[in-house]
Amino acid sequence: MTKRAFACVVVLITAASTPLTAHLSPLTLQDTTRGKAVYVKWCAGCHGDGGAGDGPSAAHMLPRPRNFTGAIYKIRSTASGQLPTDADLMRAIDEGLPGSAMPAWKGRLSDGERRDVAAYIKTFSSFFADTSQHVAALKFSSAPGGGTDPSALKEGRRFYEDSIHCNKCHGDEGRGDGPSAPTLKDDAGFPIYAADLHQNWRFRGGGTVEDIYRRLRTGLDGTPMPSFSDLIEQKFLTDEQLWRLAQYVRSLSPPGAPEVRDVIHAPQIAGTVPVSPDDSVWARVSRYWFPLVGQVIRKARWFAPAVSGVWVQAVYDSKTVALRVSWDDRTQSPDTAWLKFEQRILETVAADDSAPPLQAEPWPDQLAVQFPRHIPDGMERPYFLMGSETDPVYQWRWTSRPRKSVAGLARSIERFDTLPGALAGEASFDHGEWRLVFTRALATPDTANEVQLEPGRAIPMAFFAWDGSSGEHGSRMAVSTWYFLALDRPTPPGVFISPVLAMVVTLGLGLVVVRRAQRRGAARAGV
Amino acid sequence: MRKLGATAATGTVLALALAAWTHQPPRPEQGGGTISGKVKFAGTKPAMPKIDMTEEPKCKAKYQGVPTEETVVVNPNGTLANVFVYVKSGLPASYTAPAPSGDVTLDQDGCRYHPHVLGILVGQKLAIKNSDGILHNIKAKGVKNRPFNISQPTNMVSERTFTAPEVMVPLECNVHGWMHAWLAVLPHPFSGVSGADGSFTLKGLPPGTYTIEAWHEKYGTQTASVTVAGSETKTADFSFAGK
Ligand code: HEC
Ligand code: HEC
Repeated sequence: MTKRAFACVVVLITAASTPLTAHLSPLTLQDTTRGKAVYVKWCAGCHGDGGAGDGPSAAHMLPRPRNFTGAIYKIRSTASGQLPTDADLMRAIDEGLPGSAMPAWKGRLSDGERRDVAAYIKTFSSFFADTSQHVAALKFSSAPGGGTDPSALKEGRRFYEDSIHCNKCHGDEGRGDGPSAPTLKDDAGFPIYAADLHQNWRFRGGGTVEDIYRRLRTGLDGTPMPSFSDLIEQKFLTDEQLWRLAQYVRSLSPPGAPEVRDVIHAPQIAGTVPVSPDDSVWARVSRYWFPLVGQVIRKARWFAPAVSGVWVQAVYDSKTVALRVSWDDRTQSPDTAWLKFEQRILETVAADDSAPPLQAEPWPDQLAVQFPRHIPDGMERPYFLMGSETDPVYQWRWTSRPRKSVAGLARSIERFDTLPGALAGEASFDHGEWRLVFTRALATPDTANEVQLEPGRAIPMAFFAWDGSSGEHGSRMAVSTWYFLALDRPTPPGVFISPVLAMVVTLGLGLVVVRRAQRRGAARAGV
Repeated sequence: MRKLGATAATGTVLALALAAWTHQPPRPEQGGGTISGKVKFAGTKPAMPKIDMTEEPKCKAKYQGVPTEETVVVNPNGTLANVFVYVKSGLPASYTAPAPSGDVTLDQDGCRYHPHVLGILVGQKLAIKNSDGILHNIKAKGVKNRPFNISQPTNMVSERTFTAPEVMVPLECNVHGWMHAWLAVLPHPFSGVSGADGSFTLKGLPPGTYTIEAWHEKYGTQTASVTVAGSETKTADFSFAGK
């Protein structure tokens, strides 16, 4: 992989979004010569020197970088098929396109640079110079009253599933698993996922109800996602009803984008821990979000992870811990309906520089939870990417077919040795969501290999996920960094120096170490 | 398009009279030559993939057997249907097309497009009709024309126009990945699509030497050079071979 390509990936991983600003004058007044210099330095690696979306790192991405020569843009305030306004372009550049490799440039580039580069990308297509092109923002109404009350949401839901049938693509519960989903392609013929409507923080055009309403009005050009504006003109539904639909879609995601916290707190419960993922206990336990990224350190690298993160909950009783991991996955792999889609993914996403595209196979879905073999006293932990020969990690692994859970030691991505004795795991799949519960005794006889789960300690933990129907297996997977599991002791009142406080101090230092270890790992892998 | 032809024909008599009287050459759309021909098919007819419409019972019910894709439609008489034949070049620079009369209709019926291949004039209205009453989206993927992608969840008609000549603008439905149609946007009305007998006719051509192109979605294009004078009819046959 080229240096530039790797830089792009790093940008992708660290991309953060920033708020929208007002724009002052039309971009035609900007300097396209300066804009070109910015472009060549910051954008061409992905978007290509000629703006055709074919930079050196483009082949690793899904979705691919925009091809500017066609002037077809996803995030617009204009009608389907029209050019974007200057403000639309500035918004995309300033805030990036969440859920894709396109970073937010506000804060990295000055106001002037961003405006110059926007003016420059317009020169890639003659449409922008064509004065007969009609570029006018649609008039958007504001949200009606009644907002998110149940009757409003119910009306929205009715349009979603009964009268418009968004579920054909987005699935009955909105996780992008509708019957048409495995056939979807973008205009360039690349496979495209119907958006998971439970992850509004990954919507390209923003996750507020206003953003959603606008995308329904404009569609996302170049993708299968159509515009629904004609339906208002034709009185199929009212503008207010389209708002209800947007509100329904918004209600599928959590109120705020999930905050990534470093420590999962597991309360101790009376009685015994739930072994089923659908036990009512879980509804009362807080859940924690851990983002996953593509495994891009070791070959074969994987740049298009299908699982963007996992929700984790944990509880324990006097003897046992139960860990519930849930994640969105369109398919209960292996699923033959998705084999062709998987083939297209493997052909589209170049895994490594030289490897030929793989043949689609009916891989299962997989999930792994990783611990060190011993809770470390200091800050050192095994290498986060499945340990090493000298310092293996202890893992729980689950596969969807055969449906089973095992515990074992990993010494690298390639080497996993099962430990004797079964691991209890129970999973259910429902409309694009896996819910999996692992249970294990806090203390086990094999203290040399199996982490002993002691309440009050910060137990390092990491996650890995594979979506078989996206061609993921082996090193083609989604990974997290180290986090911590804390089995909280019911703290008697009056005890001020809690173990948790101690842990947070440790954590601050710990993160530094993780970063350093990752960097070392990356260096070792020869990136 | 058919309507246009009719208008041109009725105008013919009057135009000829006028021309004789004023000694002016007839305007291109009045009178003129005809190019007609057949599109033959040689070789083995490929088997068309079956379309699984289980997800859409309303569409499925419109067929006796199992519907197939329409990428290659070979007629019983051994000719090839759905070939778009048109004047690619040769019209005088001064030529201006008559104002489009009427709309061109594209119907979505039985989860297929009717017609599968069609022509339209720049500026002419395309009426997109949903006769199925189920969700379709219609995406036009032009390159010279701006694209669009609109949704039709019920029986309804939407209208769109095209601004630039382009052969072809692919049309597709993403809810039903098998639905494809091809729209040719032309600056003149001299075009036709080979039908159930494989024949086509281009009428009302001003005298001149034309490059006629025959376009097929799978087999590509072929051209022929044809000279027409006055109101004569010339023949141009094409032959595509199955691979
Ligand atoms: C790490 C790779 C990467 C870099 C670097 C990058 N982009 Fe992008 N960009 C993308 C991808 C991928 C998309 C397409 C996202 C999608 O389609 O969802 C995109 C899309 C866009 C879009 C289209 C927005 C829309 O509404 O369709 C614009 C505009 C854009 N980029 C501008 C820029 C500019 C300007 C720069 C340099 C300052 C830049 N990009 C740098 C990856 C990148
Ligand atoms: C033909 C399939 C299809 C239909 C029908 C469809 N969508 Fe989509 N939708 C998509 C695809 C594909 C994407 C992802 C586009 C991308 O990744 O850029 C998407 C994206 C979205 C997004 C995310 C927008 C963003 O900013 O990223 C929302 C919200 C959405 N759709 C809602 C809906 C709703 C509500 C309906 C019904 C009124 C609907 N969709 C109908 C295919 C469809």
